[in-house]
Amino acid sequence: MTSRGTQVRVASPVPARPPLSVDTLAAMQKLMGRYPRPRSALLPMLYLVQAEHGFVSREGMKEVGKLLGLSAAEIAAVATFYTMFKRRPCGTWLLSVCTNVSCDLAGGTKIYRRLKEALGAETEETTADGLFTVEEVECLGACDGAPVLQVNYENYEHVTEDLALSLIESLRAGNVPQPTRGERPKESNAVSRRLSSVEAKP
Amino acid sequence: MTEQTPVVTGRFGAESSDTYDGYTRTGGYEGLRAALEMSPDQIIDMVKAAGLRGRGGAGFPTGVKWGFIPRERKPTYLVCNADEGEPGTFKDRELMERDPHQLIEGIAIASYAIEAAQAYIYCRGEFAFAGRQLERAIAEAYDQGILGKRVAGSDYSLDVILHRGAGAYICGEETALLESLEGKRGQPRLRPPFPATNGLYDQPTVVNNVETLSTVPHIIKNGADWFKQWGTEKSPGTKMFCVSGDVERPGNYEGPLGMPVREVIDGFAGGVKGGKKLKAFTPGGSSTPLLTAAHLDAGMDFESIAAAGSLLGTGAIIVLAEDACMVRATYRFMKFYEHESCGKCTPCREGCFWLSQVLHRIENGSGRSEDMKLLTDVSNNIFGRSFCAFGDGAVSPVLSSVKYFADEYTEHIAKKGCPFER
Ligand SMILES: Cc1cc2nc3c(=O)[nH]c(=O)nc-3n(C[C@H](O)[C@H](O)[C@H](O)COP(=O)(O)O)c2cc1C
Ligand code: FES
Repeated sequence: MTSRGTQVRVASPVPARPPLSVDTLAAMQKLMGRYPRPRSALLPMLYLVQAEHGFVSREGMKEVGKLLGLSAAEIAAVATFYTMFKRRPCGTWLLSVCTNVSCDLAGGTKIYRRLKEALGAETEETTADGLFTVEEVECLGACDGAPVLQVNYENYEHVTEDLALSLIESLRAGNVPQPTRGERPKESNAVSRRLSSVEAKP
Repeated sequence: MTEQTPVVTGRFGAESSDTYDGYTRTGGYEGLRAALEMSPDQIIDMVKAAGLRGRGGAGFPTGVKWGFIPRERKPTYLVCNADEGEPGTFKDRELMERDPHQLIEGIAIASYAIEAAQAYIYCRGEFAFAGRQLERAIAEAYDQGILGKRVAGSDYSLDVILHRGAGAYICGEETALLESLEGKRGQPRLRPPFPATNGLYDQPTVVNNVETLSTVPHIIKNGADWFKQWGTEKSPGTKMFCVSGDVERPGNYEGPLGMPVREVIDGFAGGVKGGKKLKAFTPGGSSTPLLTAAHLDAGMDFESIAAAGSLLGTGAIIVLAEDACMVRATYRFMKFYEHESCGKCTPCREGCFWLSQVLHRIENGSGRSEDMKLLTDVSNNIFGRSFCAFGDGAVSPVLSSVKYFADEYTEHIAKKGCPFER
């Protein structure tokens, strides 16, 4: 995606990461075998890098490149195209606020501003305690629940400014509230692993 | 309150409809069993006769698309487009969350019809819950002998592979989706050749939307004439309408194609919120030109909405009430396109950025008298000139809001700011 027009911030240097675990490498092999051509497993493999390293690290991309016979640049070109691949560590909880029109009409933009204020964090910046990263996102396909706030990709719908603030208080206190549907959000590395579909059949 | 016509949403109220047991208790997988008794060509003929048209936005006849698949070139692939990202649209998500087996059944029938041994579901990454529902349902289907070797006891074998996207609206465009599924940046391919002959791994491929495929089992089970009892001659059947924005009861509602917009908004969704007047609405998501109160009697079908000057798209009606600012809404839509432009072609990459800048300055009080002409000029240089249909969609809100709400733009520019309180 084009990056111009979105905020570019100079943040702390991206930390180095150790080699991927034997477990992750085995999972990658499994994914590569699932498709007629191994390269199809690239997005799932990047999710596995994120699951182990907390973000799509340079070291991880290199290892993926080696497995697929692609250069680091080719891997990076793909990784940077997709917003769910993070280039630096994120907080335990990724707060994604939808501000597209149906949510905006219901106060989405106000909620987004209020959250940033309460956390003292700018867009895509992580709070000093490492707990939260907040981002503004596009329509989450849940406009009937506008305004929508996701925590690690689980929906909290019809939120208000107050509800959003009490949600972060709960998370801070270690209580994860029930989302609108499905299970309570899991910690981000587990979420990334799930997104790789490595546990899916066949 | 207007009664719905539940076909694909028929199990939404039923208990444990998202499980194999719940699904089969309510007639699930009967369509597949019937299909396996038919020949692939008979299935294609039946879907053609039903007149089913794609629910992903373009409305292409589904049976015709399947018929394009050459029989002599193998392997062929079926790809389910579950990347739903068109602003205002939330039907596929609900279908996957509440009735994932219905989609799996549709996929199995379509795959059998095009003789594919492998099918892929490209599910939007942010749909975490929907993705898990699919993952669980696929596992159940394997355990119950619906997927894998000998589908439902027949000689036919099929694998269904769940593949999550990673955040990029453009991957909903079918050729960008295929690129992404091949492990590349999600940028569209030049067409022709079309996916029907050169799709996934350059092999014959059908790409169909979640709602399209979820409709298929009902057609096979009940017949083409049954399906055609609803809708119009050219747009038969029922369709899910996603209603959101300034309405009393936002939600998904299923009704016959061709029902008046007014009935969808008032009868299903309870009318404009707080009894206000309607100012504008999108009939099919943000990529379809805005319409106004003057178009409320138009039918929600492909032909009638086109006659009204817009597109049925995904059937996603975003309602804006009288006190909503059209410049702000248009700017917000444009910010979406600016962010989501894949960068491949210049008109779209540069144009969306430019339009966003101009809209931003009008909304924030720095608009210039020549800006409306500029918006139109830039839009006309994107429309029909970009690499894929994304560009045409991107300028829809701009051109339509300038057309119907020129006064609001002029007022912003004259007053040096937004005149709306909201
Ligand atoms: C920019 C763009 C985004 C699209 N996004 C989606 C999408 O999220 N889901 C979808 O089913 N179709 C989407 N489409 C339409 C697909 O290209 C394709 O026509 C559709 O998946 C075919 O399925 P159908 O015939 O069953 O409708 C999009 C098209 C464009 C141009
Ligand atoms: S506009 Fe926020 S979920 Fe669709």
